[in-house]
Amino acid sequence: MKRMAKPSIPERSSDPRIDVSLTVNGETIHRAVSVRMLLSDFLRHELGLTGTHVGCEHGVCGCCTVLIDGKAGRSCLTLAVQANGTEIRTIESVAEADGTLHPIQQAFKECHALQCGYCTPGMVMNILARFEEPYPLDLSDAGVRDMLSGNLCRCTGYINIIAAVRRAAELLGRT
Amino acid sequence: MKPSLFGYRAPTTLDDAIKILASDADAAVLAGGQSLLPAMNFRAANPTLLVDIQHVDGLRGVTVEDHRIAVRAMTRHRELELHPEVQRTHPLIAEAMAHVAHVPIRNRGTVVGSLCHADPSAEMPLILVLLGGTVIAQGPLGAREIAAEDFFQSFLTTTRRPDEIIVEARFPLLPPGAGWAFDEVTRRHGDYALVGLGCTLSVDGQGRAKNLRLAACGIADRPVRLKAAEAILTGTTLQSGDLNAAAAASTAAVTQSDEANASASYRRRALTALIHRIVAKAAARTRPRMVQ
Repeated sequence: MKRMAKPSIPERSSDPRIDVSLTVNGETIHRAVSVRMLLSDFLRHELGLTGTHVGCEHGVCGCCTVLIDGKAGRSCLTLAVQANGTEIRTIESVAEADGTLHPIQQAFKECHALQCGYCTPGMVMNILARFEEPYPLDLSDAGVRDMLSGNLCRCTGYINIIAAVRRAAELLGRT
Repeated sequence: MKPSLFGYRAPTTLDDAIKILASDADAAVLAGGQSLLPAMNFRAANPTLLVDIQHVDGLRGVTVEDHRIAVRAMTRHRELELHPEVQRTHPLIAEAMAHVAHVPIRNRGTVVGSLCHADPSAEMPLILVLLGGTVIAQGPLGAREIAAEDFFQSFLTTTRRPDEIIVEARFPLLPPGAGWAFDEVTRRHGDYALVGLGCTLSVDGQGRAKNLRLAACGIADRPVRLKAAEAILTGTTLQSGDLNAAAAASTAAVTQSDEANASASYRRRALTALIHRIVAKAAARTRPRMVQ
């Protein structure tokens, strides 16, 4: 059988690079990044933080949600160069170093709020940001659905996720 | 689903930003990136150069003035939504803002960026048109103020020149006692509106509507005032017959043709339902002026 010719792929991208410095999960990072590298790819490919998932790459599914300066944002709709000087937190920072789950993660576990788990990091980061904000939370059905409206789950049907958000609020003393 | 290659500059002064923007006809202004970056990820937009204005001095913040709210270019949706003075003086903005995508998008996306993107289904362009607001465009030749109805030209197109940066949007406050309402019909919460409608009005001592304004999104290639309906409703006591007549006069304003999300006839029916609902809601929120 005739073998396919090896495709000609350069060793290294010839994209122009820009130096960025940012804090990721408490650690200061300096890197030269391609200007078109998305923050989601920077976290996953450059830093190996693969807990940030990439679902749609156009801001719809919410899987790639991380905290940018304390606020939930889409890492697929943020360029790594835009994150220069910011403080990023990803799902890897949420549980304690010894593996003890954060109350939000504990609530998701208790309420069986995940099946495949692909969307879960984005959900947890989104809810974490809302719980850390100083504003009152609307924990009614409609209010929790509104909080989750930017995160798609294709397995569970949301009922258990809504229960988990309320359980997390209980565990964290948020009303 | 990755953007094609582009140049990137992050100036710190407005003069530099305008100079860089003017140097390349295919350059684009990057603010929050919540509309531009998805378009670039799809390669529907392929600017050669991005001018990131997030570090430019003087482009942040919200100022509540006597007659208007001034929103600088880098103000994120959520900053405006949660601004205590805005909530107190202009509840219509908070009501509409709750429909702009989702909180994580509103955390990053900017109000002025949404205006410049000019999606005909978007909420904030409608609000600017409804209130008769303006934007300030700053270019190499100086600044000019553009009225909302002159700014939105067609689908994703404004009268901003390629070398101009919209540095501020101005949302007029409502007169004391005025009523207001906004709502929209969507497939899912947080989606772009299939049809959105906003209303502001006052009532006189006899309960007759005056200064009534209606604006809709999702029905044409830009946000539009429903002037025929405004004329019919002004001076009436907003009975259901008046609302029926206003809705009938508005069907011609639906010029969006059938497309994947909704047919034109569905949009006409949604608009009719919204006219009934929103005008009544706005009227119920009016407060009679104190007797002099």
